[in-house]
Amino acid sequence: MWFPRLASDRVLRTRPVDAPFALTITEQNTQRLYCLNAQAEAQGLHRAMSFADAHAFCPDLLSAPARPDQDARFLAALPRWAPHHCPWVGPEGADGLVLAITAASHLWGGGAELLGDRGARAAAAGLSRRLGLGDTGGAAWALAHYHEGIAPPGQGLCALQSLPVAALRLEGAQATGLQRLGLRTIGDLAQSPRGPLARRFGPELMLRLDQALGRTPEAITPEREPPHYATRLTLPEPIGLSADVMAGTGRLLKRLCDTLKADEAGARVLCLTLQRVDRASQQVELRLASAMRDPARILALFERGISTVDAGFGIDQMRLEASVVEPLPAQQIGPKTQPAPDRLNDLITRIGTRIGLENIQRFLPADSHIPERSFLIAPAAYSQPKSGWPKSCWHAPRPRPLRLFPPEPIAGTTPRPAARFRWRRMGFTLARTTGPERIAPEWWLEDDSWRSGVRDYWHVETREGRRLWMFYTPQTPGWFVQGEFA
Amino acid sequence: MFTPLNTVFPLRPARVHEVCGAGAFGFAAVVCARVQTDVLWIREAWLSERLNPTGLSAFFDPSHLLIAQTKEQTDSLAVAETALKDGAVSLVVLELTRPLNLREGRRLQLAAKAGAATGLCLIPEGMGSNAAETRWNATPIHESHPPPRGEDSTLMRWEIIKNKSGTLGVWDVRWDHTAHRLDVVSPVGERPGSSHAPG
Repeated sequence: MWFPRLASDRVLRTRPVDAPFALTITEQNTQRLYCLNAQAEAQGLHRAMSFADAHAFCPDLLSAPARPDQDARFLAALPRWAPHHCPWVGPEGADGLVLAITAASHLWGGGAELLGDRGARAAAAGLSRRLGLGDTGGAAWALAHYHEGIAPPGQGLCALQSLPVAALRLEGAQATGLQRLGLRTIGDLAQSPRGPLARRFGPELMLRLDQALGRTPEAITPEREPPHYATRLTLPEPIGLSADVMAGTGRLLKRLCDTLKADEAGARVLCLTLQRVDRASQQVELRLASAMRDPARILALFERGISTVDAGFGIDQMRLEASVVEPLPAQQIGPKTQPAPDRLNDLITRIGTRIGLENIQRFLPADSHIPERSFLIAPAAYSQPKSGWPKSCWHAPRPRPLRLFPPEPIAGTTPRPAARFRWRRMGFTLARTTGPERIAPEWWLEDDSWRSGVRDYWHVETREGRRLWMFYTPQTPGWFVQGEFA
Repeated sequence: MFTPLNTVFPLRPARVHEVCGAGAFGFAAVVCARVQTDVLWIREAWLSERLNPTGLSAFFDPSHLLIAQTKEQTDSLAVAETALKDGAVSLVVLELTRPLNLREGRRLQLAAKAGAATGLCLIPEGMGSNAAETRWNATPIHESHPPPRGEDSTLMRWEIIKNKSGTLGVWDVRWDHTAHRLDVVSPVGERPGSSHAPG
């Protein structure tokens, strides 16, 4: 099953136009046509033509940028719709599907009927398609691409012999080489001696021929169904007590965690949907600080969310889904391995259900001389602590304050700190100063607070006791307080 | 009579303590430094003053620090209560912006007792709660003669202004960055201006 215009059909499905339409892709600084619809092809345009030329041929051409990644996703979604006809479906290249219908065609009254139904469905979905049916994958591919039709069982060679050699899934150079030798059709090729051809073109050619004629088997690789981590529970009588809901959740969790354990995965986000008898549903989302698959621990964390649920006239359906799953391989417990900080992660999860998991943070070191950028603040649930903080090579060469705040301006324009100054409505007298330490802005990063240029930092001790971190900006004279030592 | 600092200073575990004054952050940093496990620091997200981990690394390894940013003080208190009760962290530092009422202070105290974790509230001046085990006032003081070793740390006057199970006292202390310990600079009685100090 071949979709000759998959990319443009995908775009036109959502936004049909009745005009020449093409998708463009930028290759080597040139915009080229990637895929076009039938009307555009009727105007004489073809693939890989430059977009400027195409516009000259056809001034009313509509275009849109191509998205090969979305095309691939669309093609990956197509097999999900194919099991209607047969269960064994695999992708074929970038724009085809291959279906093994051997054991399924009799359910539809024969291969031809199945093919007709299939084509009608694709047409209803707005996809242009070409179908081929043969004993082998190679024969079906050749028919789909070059001569739409059906090869009767056991007569593959008869159906294929008039097709050009390119129908054997050959590379361009091989097909051209064969045509130069005068071997234009598959029939010519099948009658030629195999030895010289294999010596000249390599074993690939003979392999393709044998695959098309059924002398060499070729397997279809169907996509594996993505694992699905969800369980549900339907109750004969509605329940309303939180203890009952917890017990039900416990049962669901047990089953879900067994599935997770079999796949060596752990849940990161769990979503519990409770459906009430009046068809209203409520959701309880639990975001975990680390991947987990221990039912008892997860159940304890659900407690707060379940206590807020309004049961109404009762709950008769429960569904538990692990919406985000991470790999969690089994770990060898030994004297050398660090035990996972389970208790701390449970605490983070429990706090996170109240204030949001991203609001629990930890500091990570960063490589910068700018005091505000010498550390990163990362959510604790999604980062690992980095130890050895003070020993790192980037450790500040001079003492840094314990507290930092946005720079607060104070009076003064002289390059040295004033003997008396006021800050936060308090008067201070200078006792000792250390400095200056010049820090230049990182010009490669845009930062509004460093627009005032380089800063000369002074470590100022006052007679009142407080020790402040002040800076002077020589390029636009002014004094600011930015931190306090402890 | 002179009260030694070590009768009160490693703060009594499983209780909630309070500290106010300009040196409150320094006090909290020293308390954190004495705890080897993880520390949870709860602050409201709108506060502009924040900890500098580079400065904090003189006291302890900032990778042990978890910060919870809350929207308002009610959330802060709920987070603190959960963390204290759980006991997974042995120290919870809480920045308060409004005074606690009797119920809130008592609940924190009970949670600390249940989880055997220590709580420390950084309070604005004069906003103490009745339930606190001890209340400290920490102020940085100026010294006319800097220490000979040229250490960079503030001389602080720690005054215990409320103590449920002990006497009050005042000490001048300094954190020793290289040795990672707290030095009491000189007995209070020998310093000028402290003749009326208790003891």
